[in-house]
Amino acid sequence: MSVDAHSSYEVVIGLEVHTQLRTESKLFCGCRVRYGDDPNHHACPVCLALPGALPVLNARAVEFGVRTALAMNCTVHPRSVFARKNYFYPDLPKGYQISQYEEPLATKGWIEIDGEEPGGRSFAKRIGITRIHMEEDAGKSIHDAAANGRNGSQVDLNRAGVPLLEIVSEPDLRSPAEAGAYLRTLRQLLRYVDVSDGDMEKGHFRCDANVSLRKKGAQELGIRNEIKNLNSFRFVEDAIRTEIERQARVLDDGGRIIQATRLYDSATGKTRVMRTKENADDYRYFPDPDLVPLALEAAVVERARLTLPELPERRRIRFESEHGLSAYDARLLSVSRSLADFFEAVVAARVPAKTAANWILRDVLQALKEREQEIEETKLTPEALAALLRLLEEGRITAKSARELLPELVEHGGDPAELVSVRGLEAVSDSAQIERAADEVIAAHPENAQRFRAGEEKILNFLMGQVMKKTGGKASPAVVRDILARKLKA
Amino acid sequence: MAGPLGTISELRAQLDGRKVSSRELTDAALARAEALEPALRAFVGLRPERARAEAAEADARVARGERRSALEGIPVAIKDNMVQAGEPTTCASRILAGFVSPYDATVLTKLRRAGAVIIGRTNLDEFAMGSSTENSAYGPSRNPWDLARTPGGSSGGSAAAVAAGVVPLALGSDTGGSIRQPAACTGIAGMKPTYGRVSRYGLVAFASSLDQIGTFTRSAADSATALEVLCGHDPHDSTSLPEPVPQYSQRLSGEISGLVIGLPREYLVEEGVDPAVLQCVREAVAELERCGAKTREVSLPHTKYAIATYYLIATAEASSNLARYDGVRYGHRAANAKDLGDMYRRTRSEGFGAEVKRRILLGTYVLSAGYYDAYYRKAQQVRTLLRHDFDQAFAGCDVIATPTAPEVAFRLGEKASDPLRMYLSDVYTVSANLAGIPGLSIPCGFAHGLPVGLQLLGKPLDEVTLLRTADSYQRRTDWHTRRPPEPA
Amino acid sequence: MRLRHVAARGYRVGGALASLSIMSRITREEVERVATLARLSLSGDEASRMTSQLDAILDYVELLRAVDTTGVEPTSHAVPVRTPLREDRAVPGLPPELAVANAPEREDSAFVVPPVLEGEEH
Repeated sequence: MSVDAHSSYEVVIGLEVHTQLRTESKLFCGCRVRYGDDPNHHACPVCLALPGALPVLNARAVEFGVRTALAMNCTVHPRSVFARKNYFYPDLPKGYQISQYEEPLATKGWIEIDGEEPGGRSFAKRIGITRIHMEEDAGKSIHDAAANGRNGSQVDLNRAGVPLLEIVSEPDLRSPAEAGAYLRTLRQLLRYVDVSDGDMEKGHFRCDANVSLRKKGAQELGIRNEIKNLNSFRFVEDAIRTEIERQARVLDDGGRIIQATRLYDSATGKTRVMRTKENADDYRYFPDPDLVPLALEAAVVERARLTLPELPERRRIRFESEHGLSAYDARLLSVSRSLADFFEAVVAARVPAKTAANWILRDVLQALKEREQEIEETKLTPEALAALLRLLEEGRITAKSARELLPELVEHGGDPAELVSVRGLEAVSDSAQIERAADEVIAAHPENAQRFRAGEEKILNFLMGQVMKKTGGKASPAVVRDILARKLKA
Repeated sequence: MAGPLGTISELRAQLDGRKVSSRELTDAALARAEALEPALRAFVGLRPERARAEAAEADARVARGERRSALEGIPVAIKDNMVQAGEPTTCASRILAGFVSPYDATVLTKLRRAGAVIIGRTNLDEFAMGSSTENSAYGPSRNPWDLARTPGGSSGGSAAAVAAGVVPLALGSDTGGSIRQPAACTGIAGMKPTYGRVSRYGLVAFASSLDQIGTFTRSAADSATALEVLCGHDPHDSTSLPEPVPQYSQRLSGEISGLVIGLPREYLVEEGVDPAVLQCVREAVAELERCGAKTREVSLPHTKYAIATYYLIATAEASSNLARYDGVRYGHRAANAKDLGDMYRRTRSEGFGAEVKRRILLGTYVLSAGYYDAYYRKAQQVRTLLRHDFDQAFAGCDVIATPTAPEVAFRLGEKASDPLRMYLSDVYTVSANLAGIPGLSIPCGFAHGLPVGLQLLGKPLDEVTLLRTADSYQRRTDWHTRRPPEPA
Repeated sequence: MRLRHVAARGYRVGGALASLSIMSRITREEVERVATLARLSLSGDEASRMTSQLDAILDYVELLRAVDTTGVEPTSHAVPVRTPLREDRAVPGLPPELAVANAPEREDSAFVVPPVLEGEEH
């Protein structure tokens, strides 16, 4: 059953996203932030919670938090307080997580999202941001059936203490598609301001979804269920959809929704209850006495605001207005800051915007996709692409040659002019050579020549192709066309 | 067995004058510690081999003229709640059985750099929770003045070690009076600096916003010497103060004329204190007046709320600080646990003593949903009022003088079964921790044959005035030179 | 300071004298709830004893109610300090062998714990 079948209900969704910050070291100690190493290779007295250890706050993590809050139009508070969230779990070595509770880093912001529902209806709306706060990540507890021959879990604290930002949205989302759009926009923003790699699969970016239903037109919110630890965009949308259907069934049957926390099982596509409100933990939040309140001077916040990069929305609009790109191209090029930067660098090297856009969106991205690379990783520089496109524009190489060279530049880098001469790709512009080739082709295909003279203009392409073959593809198509047409008409 | 060791000043002079070596002093301290241990039970563990090696190094340096500090080669002891790399730390608790720290507390690093020779770790109430060492998993320490009595707590082992002349300096920690009260019980100087003056990195936390490391010495002058080494900003401790450290030992002018001593009326009420104790304190104040100080009455109107405030805040913080003792990464773990929950519950129930459990329960309750505002938040508000009391009082005086404790050292077992009664004996000391101000207890006489402590409280970061006042008093009196009878 | 006065009141063990108390501040159930939160298990005797001891303590701290704290800021830190910040630079931590050296149970460089029960997950 699709959501639309329950047209009597309005869906209300709020998302809580936890994103890891790309700092060198952890939030409260100097251990390196790194993934994939053997257990407990990045641990110290502080993140191991040894007796006597104390936390000291990472300056860059604060900077990243402020940048994110500003990029999301939040009020950054001059004073925020770290609080302890107390509970017991093996991946939480202190028995509490240092987070922020009553006085978070930032509140009351918004971001704009847009997208399309599965049925085709498009949406564009503003989603409120309730709060953004800083906290430390927990370690990993891996259920290990084989540990010492009996059941148990292995605990790895490499991740314990990694800086996180928790971003809580207002319950302004109304469908799984909107939720997906929100997450994509959020991720893009985080990558734009360079605070996170935002890769959900790598666990940089986790989402909890709060879902409730209410009768259309009702003011009060329904009882919500929280679905925790969703780690892919698709799972988020699927899990929300499943939950909406479940709640609708309960309500349709005249039942009541019981507030609970749930886990999504991607294998079965179902959510199951993890705990209900009754046995929910009492976290006993209180200000952490080992840390002093975070005092942010107005000048510091201002500096962060001034060093914010141009954000995706503004960049997209500018690409349309300043560079005359289509809305479609502008959107694609502004998806990532690196790609947008690349594009603008090519334009700055005196390549027309439209040309640059075409080549980047089509050929460069294709080459990258084949190599499973990101634009940040390629050896192709904007200057090299610009040089290549200039050679093309000057007729010194053909489009075909340019397309041949591009993957090589992407893979190995290099100077296009040098590559052209080394590979002998200079376009043939010696008209005597082309004339000779044209004569040979016309002589070899008298019927086609006749058909052209009779008015079948399209036959020219066939003849051109033959001339191109004879010249090894290095003749400039425009020149070939001129010469052929002239000879045929003669 | 060697006789009691002298003061830091005396030993320094002897060392510098080559009259004795650090190795000899260290041997003497170790021998005396071992000989007195059956009676005193001051130590959790001694480290004779390493101490002798450190002493040898100190001797080599002194011979080369490279003495690093006034503590070079001086035997010292530390309370067993400050971690040392490669050595056990127990906090007198079963739950830390077997724990060996891989890192040094900052104060340990400072002591080592200063050349002090650490002979061992002293007994305490478990996790520093108590006023008598009766809460130690190893059993109580004893007062050298009367072995049937407590040396006070929680730093009772350190106090006993210094009072009995085993070492001239021992470190303690003070959260609600745990240095000052044992100092008073045993007739020595006990100093709690301003909160944040000494790094807490490596001090096993009890109540983070109240804990401070401090010193036990025979004299205020020695206190000054030791404090210079221990104080200072530490980038590992976010609550550590950045202000530079004065050379306390150079500021002991012996002059206190014009000093204004505040006498808080709420502390000097006969009903709350043993009259014999009060008498000693009044005489001490009179002596200070003879030195040129003036007194005036001040009021600390919220005094009667201090204990309640303290016990709510301290236990709340403690309940959270002690959550890390869960059997996962170090210390005791219950055997044959069926599952994680079973492991947590049995580990902690087996590992913690009754007083620690009681405080964890109280602290957890105080922070729990529905009670936070009425208890924890309320207590933190009253704490603000207590701080204001001191701010206002210090507007009109330089130091405040009070008894350190309402009574002399009590008999072992006398209060052990009554937790509330035990808490109430902290009445004079807890306010200083709540307000973050420095406090120093020095001996000022005897009542019922047992030492009485005079407590001096100072403005934040004004350890100088406290030390100067105490030192001036000690130049003109001799309570601090009295020693308990040598054991038979 | 009514010290002796308060001390003389003593405390009550068990429920025998319960009728003398005006109102109990904490019940046995609450003590057990709190013990669960703190991962402590108390024997029957311990639970009774703790309940009456905690009751006496909570009764004592009631006196804070009398303090007028309207508009008073709670102290979170006794001495005000500017926020200390650490430069974002990775420094070597403990060698892994040392990090797990105190572990009651380990496998290579990981800590090992008994299995987690359903419902305890986070």
